[in-house]
Amino acid sequence: MVTYIIRRLIWSVVMLSIVSIITFAIFFLVPRLAGATSEDLAARYVGRTASAEQVKVAAEKLGFNDPLVVQYGRFAKGIVVGADYDYGPGVERCPAPCFGYSFLTRLPVWPDLLDRLPVTISLALGAAVIWVIAGVATGVLSALKRGSFFDRAAMSIALAGVSMPIFFTGMVSLVLFSYGLKITVAGGTYTPFLTNPATWAYDLLLPWITLAFLYAAGYARLTRAGMLETMNEDYIRTARAKGLRERTVVVKHGLRGALTPILTIFGLDLGLLLGGAVLTESTYSLPGIGKYAIDAIGRQDLPQVMGVTLVAAFFVVVANLVVDLLYAVVDPRVRLV
Amino acid sequence: MSFLELKDLRVHFPTDDGLVKSVDGLSFALERGKTLGIVGESGSGKSVTSLGILGLHKGGRAKLGGEIWLDGEELVGASAEHVRTLRGKKMAMIFQDPLSAMHPFYTVGSQIIEAYRIHNDVSKKVARKHAIDMLGRVGIPQPDRRVDSYPHEFSGGMRQRAMIAMALSCDPELLIADEPTTALDVTVQAQILDLMRDLQRDFNAALIIITHDLGVVAELADDILVMYGGKCIEYGTAEDIFERPEHPYTWGLLGSMPRLDRDRTERLLPIKGSPPSLINVPAGCAFHPRCTFEDRTGGKASTEVPQLVETEGGHLVRCHLPRDTRRSIWETEIKPSLEAS
Repeated sequence: MVTYIIRRLIWSVVMLSIVSIITFAIFFLVPRLAGATSEDLAARYVGRTASAEQVKVAAEKLGFNDPLVVQYGRFAKGIVVGADYDYGPGVERCPAPCFGYSFLTRLPVWPDLLDRLPVTISLALGAAVIWVIAGVATGVLSALKRGSFFDRAAMSIALAGVSMPIFFTGMVSLVLFSYGLKITVAGGTYTPFLTNPATWAYDLLLPWITLAFLYAAGYARLTRAGMLETMNEDYIRTARAKGLRERTVVVKHGLRGALTPILTIFGLDLGLLLGGAVLTESTYSLPGIGKYAIDAIGRQDLPQVMGVTLVAAFFVVVANLVVDLLYAVVDPRVRLV
Repeated sequence: MSFLELKDLRVHFPTDDGLVKSVDGLSFALERGKTLGIVGESGSGKSVTSLGILGLHKGGRAKLGGEIWLDGEELVGASAEHVRTLRGKKMAMIFQDPLSAMHPFYTVGSQIIEAYRIHNDVSKKVARKHAIDMLGRVGIPQPDRRVDSYPHEFSGGMRQRAMIAMALSCDPELLIADEPTTALDVTVQAQILDLMRDLQRDFNAALIIITHDLGVVAELADDILVMYGGKCIEYGTAEDIFERPEHPYTWGLLGSMPRLDRDRTERLLPIKGSPPSLINVPAGCAFHPRCTFEDRTGGKASTEVPQLVETEGGHLVRCHLPRDTRRSIWETEIKPSLEAS
């Protein structure tokens, strides 16, 4: 078990290194392959008014003329221990994890991301709680009452849920609940949890439900399929033969058996969302990582985009690690690996 | 009244293709301390009968009819909740494949503890001690250590022992074993059968063994019931069935039993054809399309459903062949071919 954990931890670090290499390649190598020179790369850092001579100096200072390996080394070192940027007039310290400075604001990227992280985390975790409870409960009931009116209705709604994109359901619910019935905020506001938990929840209610609806639909279908399978297992018959109450049979024996694939998907979904719920945040104008990414892409602010990419990758890798470790807890047969 | 009595039990499943009569009018009686073997091919209704007795069809699609009397209580008409409280406590079951019949995510011990605590209001600690005792009783070495193992960490024979420990944990008065040795190695089969015989003596339970293997019931059963197409076609003591079988299907079962004492060059005598469809049961005797002696019934076999009649001393047979014809066929044609070596 301990070796399993250590092996998975090492593997995660390897994964993150590979992700950083790929990210580096996308931002610094691919433009060169397309014909960009060191000066073209440096031009983005110095602004439009700089002369060709100034750009040349900047390219040298930023190290764009060094071998690629050295450049990557500097890039990786910046993330791990921080970096010093030489702007000419003086040297500026960019503390770890250093993703560089925004082209536009000239502020380091990481503190920006740190500011927006609570919004995305609040959005993702809140929605996750709703969709897991709603999705799994609906799936279990559907499986138990297979073919009933409830089952058909729930599965039709679920089909609609997975089919409709967030920007559609988001807009519709904004029109309906915020502008029409005026029972929720129209988005764009975020109150930190520590400031006022009630307002925090109220502000996020509609985004939560919209986001959860999309995922709950998928989870309901997944849970239903899993439950239909496990409830036909021999061990369910054994559980009944022991004289267990039906509720215990369903939850302790049936659902437990159907939980593994749900856990896997949940880890990946949550990991992805923590890297930015782009559509939801855009639709509701929430100042989270996803909105930040969209804005950065619009402005071609490469350091910001790179920062988001690396943070998102970090969450996905960590989510995978947690899922793999939980796997061993959920399914004892995994422990041998 | 006997401890367990089935009267005209019927288990029917409505399907899109028609009504499947898995069990169609089954009656038998069983006393405490006695063993009944129910024998038949796949689809003959053996397992459906046992699940019916345990009330595991309740709430499902099956339609149950007739009566099941257990210790003076009628179960077919009883509420599902009441039958649930009897399950595990008064009647318990051992299943065919112990790997799939045990939950892969819980330890063997916790599954036994769970079974015990449903019907006994005791602490986890007491139940755990009981589980260790039970594992020791069914012959699992180092039970205090093995109690925390998962089913996949046990061998097939050990798993079946654990399954038996689980079934016996609440001291049931009726134990149903559905193909208890089918999934096991031959060497382990004998051990499990010995174990079941010993435990039955200790617990003085009524035991029903369901199997397709006459060899298994030969070891254990006092009485044997042969099922075909959802009906009982022959019933008698083990001696009746092995020494004086009167139904052509039973002869077929005996003929298709591999035996070590038979000459190797001699072939098994398989029953021709395949088990009947339970939706379109053949008219007349359900077995007549496969019966070698059908022509000696004077055409009755394909038109008239035979009744279960007593030939002598509790030995029941459902066959159109006249009694004397049956006996002479057994004595002159079947028995010599089984004994030839």
